[in-house]
Amino acid sequence: MIRSTSLPLIVTLVTFVIAYALCASAYPAMLSSRVVANLLTDNAFLGIAAVGMTFVILSGGIDLSVGSVIAFTGVFLAVVLRDTSLHPLAAFALVLALTAGFGAAMGAVIHFLEMPAFIVTLAGMFLARGAAYVLSVDSVPITHEFCDWLQDIYWKAPSGGRFRLAGGVMVAVFLGAILVAHRTRFGQNVYAIGGGARTARLMGVPLARTTIGIYAISGGLSGLAGIVFALYTSAGYSLAAVGVELDAIAAVVIGGTLLTGGSGFVAGTFFGILIMGLIQTYIVFDGTLSSWWTKIVIGALLFTFILLQKGLTWATTIRRRPAAGSPTPS
Amino acid sequence: MALSHAPLRRLAPQLVILAAVLLLNLAVFPDFFRVEFQNGRLFGGIIDVLNRGAPTAILAIGMTLVIGTRGIDLSVGAVMAIAGACAAKIVTDGHGWGTALAGALLAGGLCGIWNGVLVAWLRIQPIVATLVLMVAGRGIAQLVTEGTILTFLNEGLIRLGSGTILGLPVPVAIWIALGAAMAWGVRRSALGLLIESIGINAAAARLAGINARGLLVCVYLVSGLCAALAGVIVAADIKGADANNAGLWMELDAILAVVIGGNSLLGGRFSIIASLLGALIIQSVNSAILLSGMPPEFNLVIKAVLILAILVIQSPRIGHWIYILRASGGDPAPGRAPRGGAHAKETAR
Repeated sequence: MIRSTSLPLIVTLVTFVIAYALCASAYPAMLSSRVVANLLTDNAFLGIAAVGMTFVILSGGIDLSVGSVIAFTGVFLAVVLRDTSLHPLAAFALVLALTAGFGAAMGAVIHFLEMPAFIVTLAGMFLARGAAYVLSVDSVPITHEFCDWLQDIYWKAPSGGRFRLAGGVMVAVFLGAILVAHRTRFGQNVYAIGGGARTARLMGVPLARTTIGIYAISGGLSGLAGIVFALYTSAGYSLAAVGVELDAIAAVVIGGTLLTGGSGFVAGTFFGILIMGLIQTYIVFDGTLSSWWTKIVIGALLFTFILLQKGLTWATTIRRRPAAGSPTPS
Repeated sequence: MALSHAPLRRLAPQLVILAAVLLLNLAVFPDFFRVEFQNGRLFGGIIDVLNRGAPTAILAIGMTLVIGTRGIDLSVGAVMAIAGACAAKIVTDGHGWGTALAGALLAGGLCGIWNGVLVAWLRIQPIVATLVLMVAGRGIAQLVTEGTILTFLNEGLIRLGSGTILGLPVPVAIWIALGAAMAWGVRRSALGLLIESIGINAAAARLAGINARGLLVCVYLVSGLCAALAGVIVAADIKGADANNAGLWMELDAILAVVIGGNSLLGGRFSIIASLLGALIIQSVNSAILLSGMPPEFNLVIKAVLILAILVIQSPRIGHWIYILRASGGDPAPGRAPRGGAHAKETAR
C-alpha cells in the first residue's frame, strides 16, 4: 500500500516519465545522452539552490534571497579573482563561508526577533543584491586557468553526451541532502518544526539551532549554486539570476513538498527541476513556441500540483477524522 | 478621550518615521519642501514623492485588505504587467482610453477573482495560490504584447500617467481619492470589522455567520483591481507596456509598505492609512538616496538596512521588551506592544 505522504513524490515521478515519453515521441532525439547531459548541466545551479529551498520549505519557512545570493557570489568571485591573487579554491571557500554566515544571520533574526521569514529574507534579498551592485555594476569576466580547467572536466558517455562537473555537483548535493533529511537528527528536527513549531519545541527540538542551521544551509547552497553559475557563465554580473528563488520554489512544489512544511522529499525536488528543464528543452526543440510559454506551462503545472496536494491532504484528513468538520487552514 | 486619540496613536510610529525621512531629504536637499506652480502643474520634491509613490500606494491599499484577512497577494506585480499590456493592446487596436481602462480593470478583476477562488473555495494557502499567477502572469502579459514592448500615443491614456487635475498629477489624485474612499468605506461600515474577523479566525468568522468565502473573493478582487489600476498608471507614465519589467518586484514594495505601516502579516488588524504612510516612507527613502547624490550602487544596500531597522523596531519581540520595561517602570503600556505575546511563536516560523 502506498503511503499518502509519498504519493506526491510518485505523482511527480510519473509526470516526469510521461512528459519525457511525450517529448521523446515527438522528437526522438531527446532520448540522446547529449540532451540528458545538458539537462543536468543547464539546471545544475537551479537544482543546488532548490535543495536549500527544500529544507527551508520543509521547515515551513521561505527564502527569497536565493537569486540575489547567487548574483552576489558570482560578482564576489569575479572581483576577487580579478583584483587579488587568491587561488580560486580559497575564494570558493571564502564565499561559501560568507553566504552560509549570511543565511545563518537571517535565520537568527527570524528566530530571535520572531519576524516572519518572508520579510526577513526579503530584506536579505535587497541586501545581497545591493552588495553585488556595490562590488561591481558591470559584468566581470572570470578568467583563471583553474576555472577553465574545472569547466573542461567532463565524462563523455559512449553515445556522445558530455556529463560535466556542474551536473555531478548537483547530483552529489542531492544525494547528500537526502541523507541529511532522512537519516540525521537535524533532518528529523526540520520535519518536526515544519509540522508545528510549538509542538516541536515541546518535543525538545532545539528551535534556535535548527532554524539557524536551515537558513545557513540555504545560504551556503545558494553560494554553491552561485559558484556553479559563475563558472557556467564565466562571469559575475549583479543583475544575474533574477527570480531564481521563484523557480526554486516552483521546483520544490512540483516536487511534491507541501508549502505549509513538514511533508515532502528532497528527491522530489530533483524531479521537479528535471520537469522544468524538460519544458524548456521541449520549447527549444519545437522552435515555433515562444519563450513565454515556459512561464505559463510552469504556472499551470504549479497549479495542478497544488490542487493535487490539496486533494491528498483533504482525503487524509477526512479519513483520520471522519466526524470532525472542516480542517482549519493554517 | 482615549477614543479620539486612538487613530493618531496608532499612526504615531509611521508619522514619526515619515517625518524623520522627510527631514533627511531636507538635509540633503534644502529645496525639498518648495512647491512651485508652473504651466498649470505643481512641481517640487514633495509632489514628486507623492507622484512616484502612486503605484506602490495603490497596490498597498488592496494588499492591506488581503493581509488583513491573513492572506498575501504575490501576484500584484504580474497583474500590473497584464493590465498594462491589455490597456496598451486595446489602445493600439484603435479603441478609446476609456475602453482600455475598462479592459485593464476587467483583466485585473479576473486575476483577482482567480486568486480569491483558489484561496476561498479551494482553501489553498494564499502565498501558494497567488504564486501561480505570479509565475504565469508575466507569461500571459507577454502573450498579450506578443513579446514586444507595446508603445502608444493615446492622449487620454497618457493623461492617466502624467496629466494633472487642478494642478495635481493624476496618479496622486487617484491614490489619495482611492485611499480615502477605501479607508472611509471600510471603517464607516462593518466591512473592516468583518475582514479583520476573517484574519483572526476564519472558521470562527464563518460560524458567526459571516460569508467568509464571498468576502475573501471580494478582497482579492479589490487587490486585483488596485493592481490593474497601478499597472495602467505605470504603462501610461512610460507610454508603453513592458511585459517583462512593468511592476517587477512591486509586490515586495507593496508588502513592505503594509508591514512598515505596522500591519501584522498574521492578519486580524489593519489600517489603510498606515499602509499609505508606509508607501510614502519607502518612496521618501528612495528619493533621499537619489537626492543625496550617493552612488546609485548603494541604493539597495541602504534601503535594505533602513527596512531592517524599521522592522526590528516594529518586531513583536522588541515591542514585548519595551512593554516589560515600561511595565516595570510603572508607565502605562503602549497600545501596540502586547501584540508580541499571543502570536509570537507562530511568527517565528
